[in-house]
Amino acid sequence: MSETTYLEAIRRGMWDAMEQDERVFMIGEDIGIYGGAFRVTQGFLERFGEERVIDTPISESAIVGAAIGAAMMGMRPVVEMQFIDFIACAFNQIVNFAAPNHYRWGPAVPMVVRGPCGGNVHGSAFHSQNPEGFFHRAPGLKILAPATVEDAYGLIQAAIQDPNPVLFFEHKFLYRRIKAELPENPAPVEIGKARLAREGRDLSIITYGAMLHVALEAAEILSGDGIELEVLDLRTLKPLDDEAILATVRKTSRVLVLSEEPRTGSLAGEVAARISESAFDWLDAPVQRMTCLDTPVPYSPPMEAFYLPNVEKLVAQVRQLSSY
Amino acid sequence: MSQGFGPLHPGAQEPAGERLARTELGAEEQKRLYHFMKLTRRVEARLSNLYRQGKVVGGLYSGHGQEATSVGSAFALGPQDFMGPIIRNLGSMLVRGVQPREVMTQYMARGTSPTGGKDGNTHFGDLERGLVAPISMLGALIPVMAGVALAGRMQGKDLVALTYIGDGGTSTGDFHEGLNFAAVQDLPLVVIAEHNGYAYSTPTSKQMKVDNIAAKAVGYGIAGEIIDGNDVLAVYEATRRAVERARGGGGPTLIEAKTFRMKGHAEHDDAGYVPPELFEEWAEKDPIERFERHLLGQELATEEELAAITAEIETGLDAEVDFALESPFPPPERALEGVYE
Repeated sequence: MSETTYLEAIRRGMWDAMEQDERVFMIGEDIGIYGGAFRVTQGFLERFGEERVIDTPISESAIVGAAIGAAMMGMRPVVEMQFIDFIACAFNQIVNFAAPNHYRWGPAVPMVVRGPCGGNVHGSAFHSQNPEGFFHRAPGLKILAPATVEDAYGLIQAAIQDPNPVLFFEHKFLYRRIKAELPENPAPVEIGKARLAREGRDLSIITYGAMLHVALEAAEILSGDGIELEVLDLRTLKPLDDEAILATVRKTSRVLVLSEEPRTGSLAGEVAARISESAFDWLDAPVQRMTCLDTPVPYSPPMEAFYLPNVEKLVAQVRQLSSY
Repeated sequence: MSQGFGPLHPGAQEPAGERLARTELGAEEQKRLYHFMKLTRRVEARLSNLYRQGKVVGGLYSGHGQEATSVGSAFALGPQDFMGPIIRNLGSMLVRGVQPREVMTQYMARGTSPTGGKDGNTHFGDLERGLVAPISMLGALIPVMAGVALAGRMQGKDLVALTYIGDGGTSTGDFHEGLNFAAVQDLPLVVIAEHNGYAYSTPTSKQMKVDNIAAKAVGYGIAGEIIDGNDVLAVYEATRRAVERARGGGGPTLIEAKTFRMKGHAEHDDAGYVPPELFEEWAEKDPIERFERHLLGQELATEEELAAITAEIETGLDAEVDFALESPFPPPERALEGVYE
């Protein structure tokens, strides 16, 4: 069996969903003939036709609004944001229309909004963001962020099947950089469940997305020093898997939450607060965060590297936290 | 036309004044129109009383003076069609089968309300009755209703989606994005722009540089039409034409209905910013009274028949108000239910 990239896994997950369920359709900018800016929907137009692979004007709010309307009517729209940064243009439709719709008056909004997030590709301020923090507080949304090939497939499948509005943050740094073998018939991954990516006894890293790979690399290095990191991959950012978070905290008693977001208002802050509230008695050290800086994403490579967490910074911070 | 909206664009029909538009509708259907316009005004009058008694939770938004735009347009829809009303379209909802008690329990935040107290005023819908609930962010419904139309086409349903916008709402990006998307997709969407002179306190002159909202249709390559929004028959006929066009694959239509908001933005707003002579001028064009004169003048109804319709409405509303007042508030913990499907 050949190796599958993270991008190909998302593509295959959506392709299979289109094959399995005729209610599923794709809508977004340049997703048809061009196959999407990152070619995630390449070949979809030829196979499924322009009724199910809809090229749109540059109108993020209209795209999401139309997806909401179609979802309420029983369809299963999958919206592509060309870069996830552009989701800000559809903020109102997502936060005020889709998220509270079921709560307010009943109809479900089984819609997926997906797109490439994240930095380390020198995309600067409008092509590198991780906007999960903006949406994390909105009741009614689900937010997913796969870090592995298996989860890229399994979570996009689960997102499409879920009856709620789901935001799907796929990391563009991982698109073609990570590969794994997918089984013949991969299964959907359950939404709401974190995954223990590495077992350890000394300190827990709670993370997701591209930062998972930073954490795993750091864990290898630190293992040589006799520090055994436990790494929890959240996978679902909303609703958070509190049980898995608390379980790892109780096991290691030291926690660092690692996320690729500006520090203020980050999801990492929410995870840290939950731990402090619910597991204070188990802690041997303050809960720490490692995040990006509180700046827009800078362009120049040395500045971007300075902005982002990386293995070296993580190893240093873990060493300090271990000796607290 | 002297209501201060500026000249109509070339080729547009002057509103007819006293004489109403020609229609194919018979006497019985016209009496139904009368019933719904009168019902709308009486429900809102009852709600206004309840507001003054402190029974209404939050604001109360009235469509007084605009009953013809709501009722006439909704009346042109078929049972398979979908509608997304906004806050002044109570009349449209009543035509669509909403019962007055649903509106009253909503405004009074009772547990028996359609949203179980989770949302207020006319912010509810029912897909079974082809009704999509609004949100307060104006314009947002236009892309959503385009999506309803899109789904209808994908599902092979012969449905038309209709929604509303005020003159103020046409300044939003969603108005443009939604209409443009519907236009390029030739979606069966009808947008009724109720040009009522004011967006809260802001006159249309500070909202847009063009005199006529319908002129914007040109920019989207879709049909646009200006009508007398206080003539229920004109509204009905224009909507019927737009619905037929949409059903026949002719794409969206933007209908501008010239009308006037005869109250403030909401019950708390005394509309002191509106020159009194405008109210006087528009009171003479009251859509219900004009329609009454038409029905009597054309011998489509007798005074006794119209009085009987009104009496029946009032009796019915007594029971609806009692039901709402006797309904309990929802238990607070119910606030936790239903965040996710």
